Amino acid sequence: MRHRVRRRDVAMTALAYIVLCIIGLTMGMPLAWMISTSLKDPAQVAVASGKWVPIEQVVSRYGPEFAARVSGREIRGAEIGRSPQGMRLRVLAPARLAGRTITVPVDRARPVERVHLEWRNYVDAWKAIKVDSAFRGLLRNADAFLVFYINSIIVAVAVTLGQVATSSLAAYAFARLRFPGRDKLFLGYLATLMVPGVITMIPVYILLSRLHLTDTYWALILPAMFSAYGTFMLRQFFLSLPRELEDAALIDGASLFGIYWNVIMPLSKPALAALTTFVFLHSWNDFMWPLIVIDSLNLKTLPIGLAHFQGPYLTEWNLLMAASVIVMVPVLIVFIAGQRYFVRGIILSGLKA
Amino acid sequence: MLTTPTERRRRPIQRCRPVSPPRRRWRRYLGSYAFLAPNFLGFLVFTLLPVAAAFVLSFTEWDILNRPRFLGLHNFDQLLLFRREGSRLVANDPYFWKYLWNTVFLMFGIPLSVLGSLLCALLLNQRLRGVVFFRTLFFLPAICSAVAVTLLWKWIFQEDYGLLNTWLRDIGIAHPPRWLVTTAWAKPAFIIMTLWMTIGGYNCVLYLAGLQNIPTELYEAADMDGANAWHKLRYVTWPLLSPTTFFIVTMAIISGFQGGFIAAYMMTGGGPAGATTTIMLYIYQNAFQWFQMGYAAAIACVLFALIFGFTLVNWRLSQRMVHYQ
Repeated sequence: MRHRVRRRDVAMTALAYIVLCIIGLTMGMPLAWMISTSLKDPAQVAVASGKWVPIEQVVSRYGPEFAARVSGREIRGAEIGRSPQGMRLRVLAPARLAGRTITVPVDRARPVERVHLEWRNYVDAWKAIKVDSAFRGLLRNADAFLVFYINSIIVAVAVTLGQVATSSLAAYAFARLRFPGRDKLFLGYLATLMVPGVITMIPVYILLSRLHLTDTYWALILPAMFSAYGTFMLRQFFLSLPRELEDAALIDGASLFGIYWNVIMPLSKPALAALTTFVFLHSWNDFMWPLIVIDSLNLKTLPIGLAHFQGPYLTEWNLLMAASVIVMVPVLIVFIAGQRYFVRGIILSGLKA
Repeated sequence: MLTTPTERRRRPIQRCRPVSPPRRRWRRYLGSYAFLAPNFLGFLVFTLLPVAAAFVLSFTEWDILNRPRFLGLHNFDQLLLFRREGSRLVANDPYFWKYLWNTVFLMFGIPLSVLGSLLCALLLNQRLRGVVFFRTLFFLPAICSAVAVTLLWKWIFQEDYGLLNTWLRDIGIAHPPRWLVTTAWAKPAFIIMTLWMTIGGYNCVLYLAGLQNIPTELYEAADMDGANAWHKLRYVTWPLLSPTTFFIVTMAIISGFQGGFIAAYMMTGGGPAGATTTIMLYIYQNAFQWFQMGYAAAIACVLFALIFGFTLVNWRLSQRMVHYQ
């Protein structure tokens, strides 16, 4: 009986691993294909065959190298011309035939290839677009992607700091302080969570355009700095903290802000980390809002920059894939390094919300 | 207003307290308001007032340059109603209905995505070596920038040199579908891409957490009753996961109605012939390409009503179908 169960367990485990690998391959293959395309030279990209490893044809001193089977022997030679009979090759190998010229039918000549990674694609993509003047003239004729990166960092950091600060302050008020209208106001916050974001986009755009703030950093930072979601999540978390520590601090004569800063915040590190990650990622990847408010090239963030890059290079897939990798890599690295905390954060925000 | 003994002890008895003048009462709450102020001001200016403004805007016609013109219900009339042309009933705005259908069509992938995430979670929940590696791998698509991912899939779906058609030709299909340039296959292509992006991502993590919350005693009891793996899945796992499923499906519906913008913008521009334009893209076009702010606001209000309605229906259904422990 036990013997039979053990064999079945092994079979089930093997099956689980197989399915895991299949799903894993499905997840990983497009990403691998993206990297593969980004390292190919343009001629290889527009080829209707799914070759994964970027290759190039070896070129010797005399011409591109081909291999062919002649009279039962493998010959390798350089193409020096064509004739009505086929391709003329100057033999390079085997050595005792070297120097001779032979002609092989064109369809019997196979190009000799070796692995070649076209790293230049990355440099070309990075330098492809230039920004005349960025950051009030600090950078002149800078590479567009550098500007996009810096913009994304500026906006994401500002938004994250702003949101975490204002949300935690408000969440503390909702969770621990008493004032008239507190619960009704909180219900109002919750109600707006149900409203699709697009509804607020139009009036906020009109407001910013009246204030002449469109096409500035403020347009990207200000509206995103205040979130009902963050307030909600942190309030739930603060409610779950034991009151005794705050009472002790009160007895010791701490001010409200003192309690907030010295007691609540240190205890809330997991929730704060989760919120920070969530807000940073959302701001970094935000597409629609920056698309709406930003026109100037020197203010564009990475996602918009990539969309902009697509325009003039619409069919140059090797460059487009290289640009995509450039945009995706930092987030991927950060994620892989800290994925345990990230996953914990999702669960925290998802279950508590 | 029922109060517990604890609450009664904490709160001073209102009747006996001398009534303080309003100014002194306001001073007492100064600290609270100070904490609330930054967030509330921003919330007021950028969330609360805009929601009300959008509602008002939907009754006007405004292109920002000129003054807004009050139109009453004309925008909604134009958007939702039909008129009689000869003997047929013609929609006032056929594009709206077409794009609404596009949006709903793209949401047909939701059940597949949710079930796929559940499958991944069930697999990842096993105590196998290397589970963390697979979990990270499965989550990668969800973490990638949507813009980069849509560009990648635009390349994969490329009709002549793309990876997908190359494979299809290799296995013998001489004329594989031309995906993004055909009206018939563009939306299924979007669904395939969305499945890749969402299976194994956030929903899978939520399911994993839900699975770990199921007490193992239930599985042991099921074992003793002679249940096999399928029975355990159907009678223990699935019912106890229903709160998580409810949350996931609700979120998926809400975001599904608002989806398809990045994909349509990057991959097809909304085409071919409007086959991949969703409501979001239509709102964007109306507001920021044609500067019909009032009409765009009207569409957004209708979208909100749709989302609200579906969420309500979903919630009602869940009363019967969701089991809490």
